[in-house]
Amino acid sequence: MSFPESQLEVAEPIDPQITATGLVAGQSPTRLAYNRFRRDRLSMISFWIVVFYFAAGIVSPILVKVGVSKPYGQDQKLLNIDLGGIPSGSWGGTSWHHLLGVEPRVGTDFLSRLSYGITFSLTIAICATVVAVVIGVVLGIISGFSGGYVDAVIGRFIDMTLSFPQTLMLLALSTTGVALFAKILPGEATDPIPNGVYEVLVLGLFGWPSIARLIRGQVLSIREREFIDAARLSGASRGRIYFKEILPNLWAPVLVQFTLIMPAYVSAEAALAFLGVGIPPPTPTLGNILGDSVNFSGSDFSYFLYPALLLAIIVVSFNLLGDGLRDALDPKGDR
Amino acid sequence: MFAYVVRRCFTGVIMLVVMSFVTYFLFFASPLDPGKFACGKSCPPALIKQTDKALGFDKPWPVQWKDFAVGVVKGRDYPEDPALRKSAPQLISHCSAPCLGYSQVNLINVTSELKDKIPISASLALVAFLMWIAGGISLGAIAALTKGSIVDRGVVGISLVFYALPTFWMGLFLIEFPAIKWGLVAVPSYTSIADGGVWGWLSNLFLPALTLALFYMAGYVRITRAFVLESMSEDYLRTAKAKGLAPRKILVKHTMRAALTPIVTLAGLDFAGLLGGAIITEQVFNFNGLGKLAVDSIQTFDLPTTLGLVLLLAAFVIVANIIVDILYAVIDPRVRVG
Repeated sequence: MSFPESQLEVAEPIDPQITATGLVAGQSPTRLAYNRFRRDRLSMISFWIVVFYFAAGIVSPILVKVGVSKPYGQDQKLLNIDLGGIPSGSWGGTSWHHLLGVEPRVGTDFLSRLSYGITFSLTIAICATVVAVVIGVVLGIISGFSGGYVDAVIGRFIDMTLSFPQTLMLLALSTTGVALFAKILPGEATDPIPNGVYEVLVLGLFGWPSIARLIRGQVLSIREREFIDAARLSGASRGRIYFKEILPNLWAPVLVQFTLIMPAYVSAEAALAFLGVGIPPPTPTLGNILGDSVNFSGSDFSYFLYPALLLAIIVVSFNLLGDGLRDALDPKGDR
Repeated sequence: MFAYVVRRCFTGVIMLVVMSFVTYFLFFASPLDPGKFACGKSCPPALIKQTDKALGFDKPWPVQWKDFAVGVVKGRDYPEDPALRKSAPQLISHCSAPCLGYSQVNLINVTSELKDKIPISASLALVAFLMWIAGGISLGAIAALTKGSIVDRGVVGISLVFYALPTFWMGLFLIEFPAIKWGLVAVPSYTSIADGGVWGWLSNLFLPALTLALFYMAGYVRITRAFVLESMSEDYLRTAKAKGLAPRKILVKHTMRAALTPIVTLAGLDFAGLLGGAIITEQVFNFNGLGKLAVDSIQTFDLPTTLGLVLLLAAFVIVANIIVDILYAVIDPRVRVG
């Protein structure tokens, strides 16, 4: 989404050193984009929030291994059995030992669950985004560069994938899909790996068309450029033109797409967890914690609030980061 | 123009045919035995066989797909098997022209099953649509006009937060707090116009529609804001100002016009997607629409119903795409079709 700061086309400030010597130093487009991005306060804040989440996602499995964070531990003493296992104490049993309180029914430290949940949620979102981006970029390049009937076939294929009711198909195929993955991969049908792989693949397989469309549009203009002619004349193979000549010119839109699709997948994981698709508990993901937390909307407000808050922060920050990147990389580009 | 519409409809139909084929492959080439789910867990194998035979599940899937396709065009009779028809002629039921199959779980043909649920999902989609269009466009315009101010940031930021919160959380929040704890509105349960009048219908739709509208609004705020801002630097706007047109007229007639095309695109597709049922929102509010039917049919392995739903939803999206493209040409005279 476009935001005030990023909308403003600020003129490049003149570096005092350069004016002093009377020289104007040339700056590469990447450098210019980097400077534009640095000056955008909102983008920088969201960038650091995203970095923080990633750090939490990387550190928490280590903390779990060392035993500092215990996402599976149980402690019935912290719960009020008379109220049906609601944590005793205010704000979901917040204390120095349990900064965000404990989980109702089991008494697990909620901070441990949430931070470990971030690990799984981000992993799923990243993998699904990679699947979508790789398929989208490859088909987009082929479709844009080849033209003719190849382009037409891929175009129809894109239309069709976009018209398929995604959520419905995801749900409908989940039993068979997960059973299939449970056969090839280690783990039962209720284990994280087959469920996670199914979720990643299906999200990715439905997510590529919009990327392919965008990349195709970019390739249409790149393929008319001289360096492509030069490569063709010097006898470069198709594969070389695709991946050595065209692909390096696409990193900016690919990066922007990546940061805009990832939050959508973080949300999608949550929505699917509510419908029972994806990594099942007790392995925590933001989605399945959230799906459980809504059962306590009336009785344990902090348990209801925190996961939604964490999810909202990461999704908003990622979106703002993507917008900031787009504005920085392509100041005159379309929205 | 006419030729264009015909061509688009033709490709739309072909797409549906291919999609039904793919879906049939995905559903019926799997080891699941649809007949098994017609009766309880301790179903005798003979009964499963009989159900399979009656509904044609015993045939290879391409043949089943062919029967299905013929059924959509001409209608079909159940049971299919001639031996069964002879032994129990009183059970023969006819499924007329757009026959999407027969649900072995709900014991009803899929077409009439879907027909019953469409009004609920359509009501929800319509009210939500009006709410987010009104909210999104006006807030987007306000944000653009107050660009850079605290109002602008507030509007954009809050709409993004609502977009980021999952709909099931938002829905349950709205049920728990405004409805139950604060008692501002009644806990909604769907009432048709025939049962509760227009007011009863609308008031029960308010919370679920709000849940959806809050989620969808962010996109419209963003697009309206961006396009209004862009058109503000256009020459024609300066001309309008210079000739002394009232600011209100400038906003409505000149500025908003620029945002109309992208809004129509987004709105058409969002609305079409919702017409096919809001899976999560209907689940949360316990509305018996297409979305809830989808979840139920998947949980009970009611493959014919699921299949019918997939195709109906796809058809909505394809039709919406065609309508949007035609509207383009109407809204923007520069666009030529054909």
